[in-house]
Amino acid sequence: MRLFQRTIHDLHQMLVDREISSAELTESVLAQIEAVGEKTRAYLLVTRDLALRQAKAADERLKRKRDVAPLTGIPIALKDVLCVKDVTSTAGSKILKGFLPPYSATVVERLEADGAVFLGKTNCDEFAMGSSNENSGYWPVHNPWALDRVPGGSSGGSAAAVASGEAIAALGSDTGGSIRQPAALTGIVGMKPTYGRVSRYGLIAFASSLDQIGPMTRDVVDCAVLLQAVAGHDRRDSTSSQRPVPDYLATLRNGVKGMKLGVPKEYFVAGMEPAVEQSIRDAIGLFEQQGASIEEVSLPHSDVALPAYYIIAPAEASSNLARYDGTRYGFQAGSGRNLIDEYMQTREEGFGAEVKRRIMLGTYALSAGYYDAYYLQAQKVRTLIIEDFKRAFTRVDALLGATSPTVAFPLGAKTQDPVAMYLNDIITIPANLGNVCGVSVPCGLVDGLPIGLQIIAPGFREEVALRVAYAFEAATEFHKAQSPLLGAAA
Amino acid sequence: MSAIATRYEVVVGLEVHAQILTESKMFCGCSTDYLIAPPNANTCPVCLGLPGSLPVINRKAVEATIRTALALNCEIPEFSKFDRKNYFYPDLPKGYQISQYDLPFSRRGYLEFDIKGETRRCGITRVHLEEDTGKLLHAGTIDEAQSSLVNFNRAGVPLMEIVSEPDMRSADEAREYVMRLRAILQYIGVNNGDMESGQLRCDANVSLRPEGATEYGTKVEVKNMNSFRGIHRAIQYEIERQSQVLDTGGKLVQETRGWNDARGLTVSQRTKEFAEDYRYFPEPDLPPLDVSREWVDEIRATLPELPAARRDRFIHAYGLSPYDASLLTSARPMAEYLEDSVRRGAPAKTAANWILGDFSRLLNADHKEIQDSAIEPEHLAQLIQLVDSGAISGKMAKQIFEEMYRAADPGPALEQAKGSSQISGDAELERIANQVIAENEKSVMDFKAGKEQALRFLIGQGMKISKGRANPGRLQEVLASKLVNPR
Repeated sequence: MRLFQRTIHDLHQMLVDREISSAELTESVLAQIEAVGEKTRAYLLVTRDLALRQAKAADERLKRKRDVAPLTGIPIALKDVLCVKDVTSTAGSKILKGFLPPYSATVVERLEADGAVFLGKTNCDEFAMGSSNENSGYWPVHNPWALDRVPGGSSGGSAAAVASGEAIAALGSDTGGSIRQPAALTGIVGMKPTYGRVSRYGLIAFASSLDQIGPMTRDVVDCAVLLQAVAGHDRRDSTSSQRPVPDYLATLRNGVKGMKLGVPKEYFVAGMEPAVEQSIRDAIGLFEQQGASIEEVSLPHSDVALPAYYIIAPAEASSNLARYDGTRYGFQAGSGRNLIDEYMQTREEGFGAEVKRRIMLGTYALSAGYYDAYYLQAQKVRTLIIEDFKRAFTRVDALLGATSPTVAFPLGAKTQDPVAMYLNDIITIPANLGNVCGVSVPCGLVDGLPIGLQIIAPGFREEVALRVAYAFEAATEFHKAQSPLLGAAA
Repeated sequence: MSAIATRYEVVVGLEVHAQILTESKMFCGCSTDYLIAPPNANTCPVCLGLPGSLPVINRKAVEATIRTALALNCEIPEFSKFDRKNYFYPDLPKGYQISQYDLPFSRRGYLEFDIKGETRRCGITRVHLEEDTGKLLHAGTIDEAQSSLVNFNRAGVPLMEIVSEPDMRSADEAREYVMRLRAILQYIGVNNGDMESGQLRCDANVSLRPEGATEYGTKVEVKNMNSFRGIHRAIQYEIERQSQVLDTGGKLVQETRGWNDARGLTVSQRTKEFAEDYRYFPEPDLPPLDVSREWVDEIRATLPELPAARRDRFIHAYGLSPYDASLLTSARPMAEYLEDSVRRGAPAKTAANWILGDFSRLLNADHKEIQDSAIEPEHLAQLIQLVDSGAISGKMAKQIFEEMYRAADPGPALEQAKGSSQISGDAELERIANQVIAENEKSVMDFKAGKEQALRFLIGQGMKISKGRANPGRLQEVLASKLVNPR
């Protein structure tokens, strides 16, 4: 097996044993980026020099056996919504073209402190708004399993990089499914931690009350390792939780025997592809065989989660994106006749269509006279969804369902129909609104395209979701399936 | 004005913005110094609103807001939150201001002030906390400038907004309200009261209604006043402008007008049709705050004596007139100056007259505050002592005081006054001694009979005759020699 095909925990052992160096490993991944980067277009920026410099420093640490962390020397990709000091960070938007943050996100600092190696900034839907990566302000990403298909979004670049061997692991961000859905569509593991589990400081905001950074990896152990590295309170993010972070690996292998797993009937949505439904039903059967008791549960307000989300998220986005006016950083039209004209031209040219659509939606929803009918109403729905989850979790330990109702669809298939595109996130959005955590794990292929199983656990019970996910992974071979771009290299 | 007042009732409400004297900004660790620091020196990703940055609440600023609210007799709800006020302007780096909308830190208080010897109470709607904006510098006038510069040192400085009820009925009342409010803010140490530099700003909502009407008239918001005088003049101007419009059958429009101090008039800035929709919504980056009763009690315990209480004490303990007591307590340094002077032996009424009279006159002419003067309470007390003992006349004292005021060090002028007034010359002292001996036969006999203390009495009489100007040591010598060796 080539180095870039391996997992974090695998490579960590090899690095610690001095079997390989981080420099070799980094070169291996960089070579894979060279080889397939033009096909996936997963990266917006490859920070080759930085990566090699960090790899050298990591090798020093490994040599001296000092400050060696599970991520020391591991090449990781960062979604472009994460600020890295002096590295162009654009959130996939032209309006931030050339923006060099003078500071790094907290998660970036934590990975740096652990000695991780940064490969570059991965492509994504502009400001993380999208489910196919086709809303990138630069170029779409191609799914390593089928290059004419989308990788999902918005963390499509991170997903494609991990699935194609262009990164060992990646960080993404998930506002309505942006980690889990692309993870499902590219056959990798992706977790959205509970809101507040990971600091958002330095994450270029889409919807502040929903955004959460999370790991995208080749297997569940890696997912636990990467989450462990970035989770925890941060003084700079007042919404980050002070709860202690448990040892995610400690309970990972405890199995599901005796656990109660719920299957929300609402999650088998209309329009779900039969092969997807079948894979999920098979997965449920497997859990039963492993000694878990399965119970059908109801999350009665699931059907209104999507509309509520498309009020709350755009409302917050309309405000978060107001700062991009061309006066201080990023793109500036420079042709306006006066201040207002300049603002309008900068934003007209700098933002893409979907971003503008959501700014307009959000601005409308917050406007005087409409606030009560839209924003306030959506917040009430959010409360109902939180209650739905609370009620379900009094009966079961975790919930099972599909991550996406479909497998990866062809590029361009839904770009003309925003609502069809929004429906991709119909089963992932409730977890964001409901303040719970969710992980997607590979659970099969249909016609050579991956399917994702979503496991949802209560707020701040990531260890429960990971434990269930690991039990599934340990009992199956699905996570070993490799995309043609990754596998062909073997 | 009286003619107007008989036809219309004036309705004024005030919105006062007061910067809070914290070391660091509202949501980041940057210094709040924006007056002296080089442009944009005190900025960071948070107060520049860079992508990905997040605010963290400055607890001291919250405490200052609650302290202010308590001093204004407000209720402090147990639950409060921050909201976003959205609008575009180059001095607003995030495109929204973090402010408070429907759940401010406080509401329903009041402020009392005196007007023509009567106490008036004005309702306080709310005191809330927000962040200040940056400052624009236009290359020329705002209409003609080809470019503007922006300094974000002020962006994120904690700012309180204190909103009054529309309870004031004249420009005089509005001015008194602001003076009293400023005094309170200074007393509790949350704001330095400097209006010229914009650390304390005032907007006025002014409307007129026919005498006896219950509905409010169309209100006009007047901005840009940067002195008590400006507030008074702007409101007065607005009252006259509005009454003229109404008198000539015109209709007022709801609008915002800017006060032009140099021209002495208000100019329309924007009308209601073009009013912003601020799209307030709860700030998702900051969790709501639980304001515990214990915390409020702790803050309450740190409140000093407030101007109203001090005013009452000045009236009752010092016997000052209510008017003088109000003036003296309107600024904390002035009230403290009086107390210091009294502590150093000056009679309160005399000291008050000096402070409110000559001292204030000189200070006002120089646009200075009492704490800027080199004359210390000790100096004033000594000068008063010289007058009271008769050593110098009141007229002389005024001259000496002005000399003291003009000098970098008031000491020499005061010492000179003491020295020059003293009688040390033998001839004059002998004349006084002779007069004492002639007028106090009994004491002279007592002294001669061996009663030593009779001499003290005789010296005291000599001091009285000399109006305190005799050098007591020399007088004793002269008296003693005369009594022992009568010629």
